[in-house]
Amino acid sequence: MANSQHASPGLTKTFLSEAGLISAFAMRAIRVAFQPPFELREVVHQIYMAGWRSLPLVMTSGVAIGVVLSMHTRATMERFGAEALIPAALAIAMISETGPLMTGLLVSGRVGAGIGAELGGMKVTEQIDALESLAVDSFHHLAVTRIIACMIALPILTTIMNFSGLIGGFLAETAISNVSLRLYFHQAFAGIGFVDYALPTLKTVVFGFIIGTVSSYLGYTTTGGSEGIGRASTRSVVFSSMLLIVINVLLVRIIFLLFPAGAL
Amino acid sequence: MSTADQAIRFDTVSKSFGDGRVLDRVSFDVARGSACCIMGRSGTGKSVTLKLLLGLLKPDEGRIYVNDVEIETLNSAGLVEVRKTMGFLFQYSALFDSLSVAENVAFPLRRHTRMSEAEIADSVRERLAEVGLEGELDKMPLDLSGGMRKRVGLARALALKPSILLVDEPSSGLDPITTREIDKLLMDLKASSKTTMVVVTHNVPSARRIGDQLLVLHKGHILAQGTAEELDQSKDEIVQQFMTLATDEPANASPTRSASAIGRSHKKEVEYGVQG
Ligand SMILES: Nc1ncnc2c1ncn2[C@@H]1O[C@H](COP(=O)(O)OP(=O)(O)OP(=O)(O)O)[C@@H](O)[C@H]1O
Ligand SMILES: [Mg+2]
Repeated sequence: MANSQHASPGLTKTFLSEAGLISAFAMRAIRVAFQPPFELREVVHQIYMAGWRSLPLVMTSGVAIGVVLSMHTRATMERFGAEALIPAALAIAMISETGPLMTGLLVSGRVGAGIGAELGGMKVTEQIDALESLAVDSFHHLAVTRIIACMIALPILTTIMNFSGLIGGFLAETAISNVSLRLYFHQAFAGIGFVDYALPTLKTVVFGFIIGTVSSYLGYTTTGGSEGIGRASTRSVVFSSMLLIVINVLLVRIIFLLFPAGAL
Repeated sequence: MSTADQAIRFDTVSKSFGDGRVLDRVSFDVARGSACCIMGRSGTGKSVTLKLLLGLLKPDEGRIYVNDVEIETLNSAGLVEVRKTMGFLFQYSALFDSLSVAENVAFPLRRHTRMSEAEIADSVRERLAEVGLEGELDKMPLDLSGGMRKRVGLARALALKPSILLVDEPSSGLDPITTREIDKLLMDLKASSKTTMVVVTHNVPSARRIGDQLLVLHKGHILAQGTAEELDQSKDEIVQQFMTLATDEPANASPTRSASAIGRSHKKEVEYGVQG
């Protein structure tokens, strides 16, 4: 943080220089993450903050998305008389793309804004300097722990999102045809292998890295009082969700290249 | 190492922010076990000097030695080791606002010692009692008055029993009686534990009591340096004003008032001067 003192808050930094700084921040995070002390206690606390506390949001959104997707799927499938495929089609849609991306965006909204504002507040009230003065590597203690927590929380939240989506789909279906829960899930998972689940879900580890890094960086480099904190928070959401959507395209492309059959 | 060596050495240190040169080739030493009081008008770089000492800011030029180690050459692990031996009271306390008073003071103990929870609790109570806050263990920092926060900050800075203590305006926002108690605490520490101290203060009576050496910073330079008696003899107008004017102020004078009593006020005070 000492070297960020020189940044003038008024200057509109070009996107490129900002991207360069965020990349340097990310590199440093990767390097520092492997240096002791490993701050496990703080990582666990941050997983609780980022993961556990996002559960209500992720679960309700998951169910709602499942209901809506299921209605769309039924409309399409009915045309071909393929109602039996509805659970499988929904499962594929959820697991391969909707679940990971929705979870990423929801978490970048909730957690990204939180990290940006929290670290920004700590920066402007000198609490980050206070950590340093107490012989704590603030970068490891604050940024790296949050990045790791996001990387661990996201695949778990995504799995829960997918599951909630299927429950939503089941609810929508039982309202129309009284299919049993067991049959529904049996049909849903019929066409899905482990790789089909693992690849898109592991993809969200990258999303977690993006959310944690971008919002920690913006919080860490906050200048200028309450307004600065607000700006850090907003920009955390905007930057991390934008970056996440763009990187997602790349990741999907890579998955298709590496596993032509696996990528559903 | 002999006992007469220097715990802190500032060697022709310069520091600028943008176009503003805050410190211009400043040099001074603080002998081990002695106390140095830094005085100076608002915005002259007193807080910056303390932050440089702790490596929170990097000097543009010059060298800073703490216990004969040049701190700029240290990597982050080395810096951590040096900082464990130092305590820092921030001008605006900088308490962790998500932690209670007791947790703030316990924080460095949990991090850096193998003390049991019971031992930590005892130690925390002891530190807080020293600053007169034994009853506020479970309060949150934002629910405290400015002066109370300051004292919690001091208790936290003292938690690891540092051999070097840096204190930024310990008495701002405190009543005269509490100010005396804090002064006494600092003097006791110096006497009993040979703690080296750098104390930024606007309170000349305090500085006379605590400081073995007084130092007046002005416009990036050290205007005067010496014992209180030596500074009393100074012919320099600003030094004289410092030694006399500030004495007439009530003991809890805010930096803004003592500074503006001397003349033009600094822009920054408007924001900061209000806070205790
Ligand atoms: N992080 C920073 N970025 C830019 N300028 C800074 C920074 N910290 C301090 N300054 C500038 O350095 C100068 C000295 O500041 P400093 O806080 O050391 O003053 P001070 O002597 O402690 O004053 P006061 O008695 O009001 O606390 C001021 O002009 C201030 O604006
Ligand atoms: Mg200051």
